[in-house]
Amino acid sequence: MDFSFTILILALPLFSFALLGLTSKSLKADLAGYAGTTSLLVITVLSYLAAWRYFGGGDAEAGFGTTIAMNYLWLNFTDTLQIHIGILLDSLSIMMLVVITTVSLMVHIYSLGYMKGEKGFQRYYAFLSLFTFSMLGLVVATNIFQMYIFWELVGVSSYLLIGFYYERPSAVAASKKAFIVTRFADLGFLIGILMLSFSTGTFDFDALTSPTGPVISQPAGSLFMGLSVTTWAMLFIFMGGAGKSAMFPLHIWLPDAMEGPTPVSALIHAATMVVAGVYLVARLFPIYAMSAPEALDVISYIGSFTSLFAAVIACTQLDIKRVLAYSTLSQIGYMMVALGVSGYGGEAGLGYMASLFHLFTHAFFKALLFLGAGSVIHAVHSNMMTDMGGLRKYMPVTHVTFLIACLTIAGLPPLSGFFSKDEILVAAFEHNKIIFAVQWLVAGITAFYMFRLYFNIFWNRTPEYHHAPHESPVTMTLPLSFLAVASVFAGFVPFHELVTSDGKAFETSFHVLVALPSIAVALVGIGLAYIMYFKQNERPTKLAASISGIYTAAFHKFYIDEIYIFITKGIIFQFISRPVAWFDRHIVDGTMNLIGNTTVAASVVIRRLQSGKVQLYIWFFASGVLLLTLYMLLQ
Amino acid sequence: MTWNTLFIMRHEVLLTLLIMYELLADLSDETNRTRMVNVTIAGFFLYMLAGFVPSENAALFGGMYVNDELRVLLKNILSVSTFIVLLQSSGWAKSPIHQGRAGAFYLTLLSTLMGMFFMISAGDFLMLYLGLELATLPLALLASFDKEFRRSAEAGAKLLMSSAVSSAVLLFGLSLMYGIYGTLQMEDIAQMNLNSDIHTIAIIFFISGLGFKLSLVPFHLWTADVYEGSPLPVTTYFSVVSKGAALFTLMLVLYRVFRYQPEEWRMPLYTLSVLTMVVGNLFALRQKNMKRFLAFSSITQAGFMLLGFMNFGRIGMTTIVYFMLIYGLSNLAVFGVLSIIVRATGKESMDDLNGFYSTNPRLGLVMLLSLFSLAGIPPVAGFFGKFFLFTAAASAGMYILVFIAVLNATISLYYYLLVVKAMFINKNETPIPSIQSTFYEKLAIGICLTGILAIGFVSQLYEYIQGLM
Repeated sequence: MDFSFTILILALPLFSFALLGLTSKSLKADLAGYAGTTSLLVITVLSYLAAWRYFGGGDAEAGFGTTIAMNYLWLNFTDTLQIHIGILLDSLSIMMLVVITTVSLMVHIYSLGYMKGEKGFQRYYAFLSLFTFSMLGLVVATNIFQMYIFWELVGVSSYLLIGFYYERPSAVAASKKAFIVTRFADLGFLIGILMLSFSTGTFDFDALTSPTGPVISQPAGSLFMGLSVTTWAMLFIFMGGAGKSAMFPLHIWLPDAMEGPTPVSALIHAATMVVAGVYLVARLFPIYAMSAPEALDVISYIGSFTSLFAAVIACTQLDIKRVLAYSTLSQIGYMMVALGVSGYGGEAGLGYMASLFHLFTHAFFKALLFLGAGSVIHAVHSNMMTDMGGLRKYMPVTHVTFLIACLTIAGLPPLSGFFSKDEILVAAFEHNKIIFAVQWLVAGITAFYMFRLYFNIFWNRTPEYHHAPHESPVTMTLPLSFLAVASVFAGFVPFHELVTSDGKAFETSFHVLVALPSIAVALVGIGLAYIMYFKQNERPTKLAASISGIYTAAFHKFYIDEIYIFITKGIIFQFISRPVAWFDRHIVDGTMNLIGNTTVAASVVIRRLQSGKVQLYIWFFASGVLLLTLYMLLQ
Repeated sequence: MTWNTLFIMRHEVLLTLLIMYELLADLSDETNRTRMVNVTIAGFFLYMLAGFVPSENAALFGGMYVNDELRVLLKNILSVSTFIVLLQSSGWAKSPIHQGRAGAFYLTLLSTLMGMFFMISAGDFLMLYLGLELATLPLALLASFDKEFRRSAEAGAKLLMSSAVSSAVLLFGLSLMYGIYGTLQMEDIAQMNLNSDIHTIAIIFFISGLGFKLSLVPFHLWTADVYEGSPLPVTTYFSVVSKGAALFTLMLVLYRVFRYQPEEWRMPLYTLSVLTMVVGNLFALRQKNMKRFLAFSSITQAGFMLLGFMNFGRIGMTTIVYFMLIYGLSNLAVFGVLSIIVRATGKESMDDLNGFYSTNPRLGLVMLLSLFSLAGIPPVAGFFGKFFLFTAAASAGMYILVFIAVLNATISLYYYLLVVKAMFINKNETPIPSIQSTFYEKLAIGICLTGILAIGFVSQLYEYIQGLM
């Protein structure tokens, strides 16, 4: 089947970037927005077409193969090591194409309303196109070198997008932090690539991940500290993935990156860039599963810890975007866990399938949450929960879609989040009971903090708004509605037949023993949030009296509330969340700052070297020569 | 001596003609500076084109002078870089304070280039040494060219004294070599393949002498003072052409002459590479003057260049030349923008760049791309240059060195972003006003920018260089 048209999926956003970038001043703002959005609409359609052809033309029983739509020999590096540039299509990359183009299209449309009248509107759309191009190039890479180029490009374009608010110094600091932290992680990635390609002699994913290929069937023998070269390489590569996907302790950039425009957060920090790490592990999954199981264990532990850690912190945040940021960390932790507990092939690959399934559904509901939050921020001109409340009356569409997203992420059936989270829990349950228990608990906490957010924004007391909040324009509510529909129905996509570790379909069964407790814990979380945040202030007694059942509950609530407040605020907040948040702020951030400060301090100490005296220069010169000689002779 | 001989030596011969012209123009009562600058640039352009005409490989004058396709390429890289320096310095050379001295400037500059060509084409260590002196002594003159300024005079004096020491060290290394081999003819030495402690010492002394020109730590201390004190075109020339010539010479000698004793030079270069990257970075972090900043940035980059030497084979040499080409163009682009700013305003502090983007968006973008290239961010060429250097070191199994290098590349990103931040983000009440660039300046930046954007994607260039090794 001919897939050569997929080159357009890369070419169009690049063209649109060049066009918008070069004509930024002369093009009218609206026109730039429409041009960018139109080009994205076209590539979204092309991506769906590619998915249609690929999944429609393949046979799920025999397995979906890998199609190289084009591959151009770029450089003969050595006689054996070659670098290609091309487009690789398999179920994984096609799934990513669909996710990226859909969410990006929604963000493009949404931004038409959200960014209206902002300075540099054209520049914003140019950067959006560049980001989309880099992200698409990343997922269709045929080899790890090409992937690395686009990986860095994604970093550059997100640096530009987060730093879009030039006027805000906090945004500038945040974009720089994000850029440098992820670059730091990428140094591991780069070393991993070099180790992997020199021990195997190839960059190509096809050769690297073929289960019968030489890389996996003849693992490198040499050991260093008990682990093979391949394991070390895969651990280093994971470091790059952990940086982009903001896994602990490289997560520190993500909450700060919320300074960027909200639609950008929806695109970069919910659906695309932050899951690049998950994609990377999934892309190299056969090597992880068969040649580097130790690395896979590390991934599951880090994922599990991050998901718990971030969920607990999310409960304490007041800035609604930061709640969502921590929530994203937590959900990506889930995806990493699922990959970490997975095996390769058939039903053993349940975790792999579940991880990508969750990536798929999460992209929709988390983008929805971010865009919904953006709509709220647009209306009340504040990020803080304390400035919000009672907004359901003013913003019906935002309210309903946000509620759907909250229910989805809480994992209630039959919404999409339930299915994907359930598969992850099943996979964890079969592999490691402790990880399962942690993820189960996190499911409850997730439901709690999401509904804390929801109640605080849309219910609770209504503060005095300076001017009445109003519903956002249709360019913003349309994407919200579309994403809400996607969030509801995405769970019915038969992932176990489409995106599996070996490309072959397998049967999944429904585990009541896992599903029921996970629904129960979500309901408990929602219930807790309801009790604590639904109506913290006096609600009209009339309403209370008219619904006697709730009234009775409210009567007892005082007592229950006290207990819960004691347990949550007194114990959980005081002794767990606070210390964890403190640890995050002071130890993790502090360590990163310390590294920076030490570098600066060292440069102060050695400045005397540069005294301006030639005698001293010559003395150093001579000492250098002599020391070097001694070193070589005594060696 | 035949016509063919002259043709093989076309770089040196044509350059001599150009130098003769400068001498005459300088002696005659030439008051029309503009015409002199134009003639020089046009003449150099023709000479540069002639350099690209292919010629045969040959060893002349009893093996004293050798030329082959690789050496022609290296000379052409230096020629193109010098051409860009000439374009960038056109405004400076025409300025009234240099009345009647532009000829002297060109004369000295081209003489050093001639010296560098003899270093590259040397078939004998004696020739190499003569070339080195010809390439170094006039540089001290150039450093102190703005003799009205105390700093410039001081830069010249410092360079002269430091380089005298480095020459002495190198010369001592050469005399040890003569003592061991009984000859200074490179090909004979290569054939003999001896090993001894004295031999190691000789190699270290040789590396140290060239390490001075390359600004390797701890032989780098002159760099910041001289870069800061010299006129900007001279600083540019130091950081690209002079450094490139030293790198190429080191590469040719180590890979061609001492090819059988790689272990003797790899470990010293390993140590120097780590020292150079770390110390260069630590100093670059603190600089506020752009010239000093670029001095330390260029020191760090020299540390990266040494990574290529970890691979003894074709990959090593290819990545070194490839990286030098990219580093040269990126650095020339940064200096190109800076030279325009200095010509128009005389400002050279990083704080003066605050708000630069708002008044000069195009120059700001050029600066952004070239700084990204120096930092090694894809898709600009600097990324490919660095990536291949890392690959060369990794192919030799030097993962720890690669780790240190990548870490340093990350640190360097931080300070390159400081400049970006100044231009794009920092507020300024009185930013540098909008500057109109001249044709020559635009041409210079155009050449650099084309290279920065295209080299990474034209893989044929890499393969061509590899084919010459």
